[in-house]
Amino acid sequence: MAVRPAKEKELYGQLTLALEKYKGKPGVLIAALQEAQQVFGYLPRKVMIHVANELTIPLAEVYSVVSFYSLFSTVPVGVHRLEVCMGTACYVRGAEQLLKELQKKTGAEPGKVTADGLFSVATTRCVGACSAAPVIKIGEELHGGATPGQLDALLEELKKR
Amino acid sequence: MSTLLEELAEERIRLETGHRILICGGIPCTSLGCRKVKEALEDELRRRGIEGQIPVEVVGCIGDCSLGPAMIVYPEGIVYQKLKPEDARAIVKEHLAKGRIVEKLLHRDPRTKEIIRQREQMPFYRDQSRLVLRNCGVISAHIDDYIKYRGYAALARALAEMTPEQVIEEVKTAGLRGRGGGGFPTGRKWEIIRAAAGEEKYVICNADEGDPGAFMDRNILEGDPHSVLEGMIIAGYAAGARQGYIYVRAEYPMAVRRAREAIAQAREKKLLGENIFEKGFNFDIAIRIGAGAFVCGEETALISSIHGTRGDPNPRPPFPAQKGLWGMPTLINNVETLANIPLIVLHGGARFAGLGTPGSSGTKVFALAGKVNRAGLVEVPLGTPLRKIVFDIGGGIPGDKRFKAAQTGGPSGGCLGPELLDIPMDYRSLQEAGSMVGSGGLIIMDEDTCMVDIARFYLDFTQDESCGKCTPCRIGTKRMLEILEKITAGKGEERDLETLEQLALLLKNSSLCGLGRSAPNPVLSTLHRFQDEYLAHIRERRCPAGVCPNLSRPWIMEDKCRACGICSRLCPAAAITGKKGTPYRIDPAKCIDCTKCFEECPFDAIGRGGGVYAETADR
Ligand SMILES: Cc1cc2nc3c(=O)[nH]c(=O)nc-3n(C[C@H](O)[C@H](O)[C@H](O)COP(=O)(O)O)c2cc1C
Ligand code: FES
Repeated sequence: MAVRPAKEKELYGQLTLALEKYKGKPGVLIAALQEAQQVFGYLPRKVMIHVANELTIPLAEVYSVVSFYSLFSTVPVGVHRLEVCMGTACYVRGAEQLLKELQKKTGAEPGKVTADGLFSVATTRCVGACSAAPVIKIGEELHGGATPGQLDALLEELKKR
Repeated sequence: MSTLLEELAEERIRLETGHRILICGGIPCTSLGCRKVKEALEDELRRRGIEGQIPVEVVGCIGDCSLGPAMIVYPEGIVYQKLKPEDARAIVKEHLAKGRIVEKLLHRDPRTKEIIRQREQMPFYRDQSRLVLRNCGVISAHIDDYIKYRGYAALARALAEMTPEQVIEEVKTAGLRGRGGGGFPTGRKWEIIRAAAGEEKYVICNADEGDPGAFMDRNILEGDPHSVLEGMIIAGYAAGARQGYIYVRAEYPMAVRRAREAIAQAREKKLLGENIFEKGFNFDIAIRIGAGAFVCGEETALISSIHGTRGDPNPRPPFPAQKGLWGMPTLINNVETLANIPLIVLHGGARFAGLGTPGSSGTKVFALAGKVNRAGLVEVPLGTPLRKIVFDIGGGIPGDKRFKAAQTGGPSGGCLGPELLDIPMDYRSLQEAGSMVGSGGLIIMDEDTCMVDIARFYLDFTQDESCGKCTPCRIGTKRMLEILEKITAGKGEERDLETLEQLALLLKNSSLCGLGRSAPNPVLSTLHRFQDEYLAHIRERRCPAGVCPNLSRPWIMEDKCRACGICSRLCPAAAITGKKGTPYRIDPAKCIDCTKCFEECPFDAIGRGGGVYAETADR
């Protein structure tokens, strides 16, 4: 989602404030980036530079950490972040088909957000709800026992939120 | 130690004297609407003016996820299942007010139709030995409940009556081995760290739970966090550490929250901090949150991650026990390993060692999932036959399908076929069968699962998760994945299988860490046990399970087709044509692989996987 400049400035202010507690401490980069991602929803280059400058850590190191961990996203995410679990239990119970259907129904391409900014579709690692496989993660919420037939209703419900 | 189970059950009867209601807050129950049930119940209690008299608590996973949303009503210990908000009324009006059990909400044995009231009588629990999971879903995660059930009594005993060496001796007597995957003897590890030189020592609880398909560590942390804390404090006392860390994956926000709350409660009760139990022992615990990388479950990578950098593994030696976190001797144990400790210290190592098989003592929690009727956490003595877990406890395979394989040990493990259904599930037997206990993931597969595709799935995972530091793993997993993709796409050649074996050997022998060394296991075990499936993909260009898209189109068996025309009318793509008297045909160019014809043919004349299309699969 494109962020309005005024809003963007506010977000950077928020981030600078949040980073204060990490300055000069060892072993804080991952936690700092997690917080940055919470503020912006994802970690574009500009945000990484900001974190690097604030914590006086080389940008290369920041990037090496961001690109290493699957939890960090360098691409924008939708208002509703849909993630299909691709763990083994979900896979053998049809997660792949679910993912395809979800992409088709929302029109969200991998790594992109729908034109209205509402949805992004991605995969996630096992969320530990394997007994309810297949699982879709919607923001922080987990939706177990998902079937392609439920998707229309689910997406409609999300649009109303 | 079966008497220990009985003791725990008796203890519950003694302790649960009044009414209270525990609602399962596990993820399956939550997504099925347990919160609404709780609200309805509270409304109902309020309407009758008895709110506050009967506590309603949300607890960790009760266990059998096919029953959700579920609740337990004490003191009787009645389990109500598949609840809807409107059921709250009957529960309050009948059960709580008049002591009459609401029969229609009870579970019925699917086979015998027998009504089941208590958890312990359910087929899912009857054959389990829930020791590590003794509190999960049965009491709340709050410290008061834990203490009521003799929580922190083991710590008190260790600090008051035992030297650190005696604690270690007890754990050695128990024969406890690490539950995180490696299976290293826990007492031995503690001893090494106690003896190691260092001005500071650390204890790390590994809650990274990277095996996709394992969820016991999450459940223990959510349902019984204090058992893990108690285990850690005892470990700290034994090893001579003052600071502990729980490294938990960010995918588990609820586990993080429960662990945080538990730490705060323990500090408040002075069970963490300075001078615990006034015995001059100091210990505290902090939480570190992972950021999604499988390799970070590996101990040296985990330490890198706590240091705030990329989770790259390092060569061992030096082992973390010598030079770990911040360069100091560090004890790393898995969540389930630690949750065993209070039991061992409280009841004695010898009783613990009485369970399981020689070399594999105690119980293990398996995360039963996949194509099985009752999925959930299953705790059984090590050495319990696989068949018992899948069929007696798990209720078999849904839809009368055939059991094809059980995958154990996740991306580092292997697949066990039907000929191994009677294998005792212990460290040695599984290793000999080319798999491993691992962290206890147990994924059941049926005839609709393609074993070549499963091998590809795991390699796709390890290739993606390979940190890239060492060449054999970085490039080897990629090459192996490419070959498996080639085979599942219908372009495989027989000599590919040889190349796979060679690469597998290379990775096993030369990778830097356990990730690369064990990555070939899923390939090797399927290659050896399901060779015919690989060959069908290669020689016949056919995927017998009907999974691999290029090799699974429906085709009409000419000898069975009676030319009734049903398939042709059903086909949404108008791909099936024919006329009375001669077998119909499917046009592969038009077929969209919806499988409708396959499912609806009254004569079972439609097969899946290759057949006449073998030639048309693009080579
Ligand atoms: C690639 C890889 C991933 C691992 N993931 C985990 C994990 O998620 N959880 C865990 O407890 N141990 C994991 N381990 C094992 C740890 O390195 C370590 O042996 C274990 O935490 C020690 O604890 P234990 O002796 O109590 O099992 C992993 C090992 C490897 C090689
Ligand atoms: S495999 Fe999907 S939640 Fe575990």
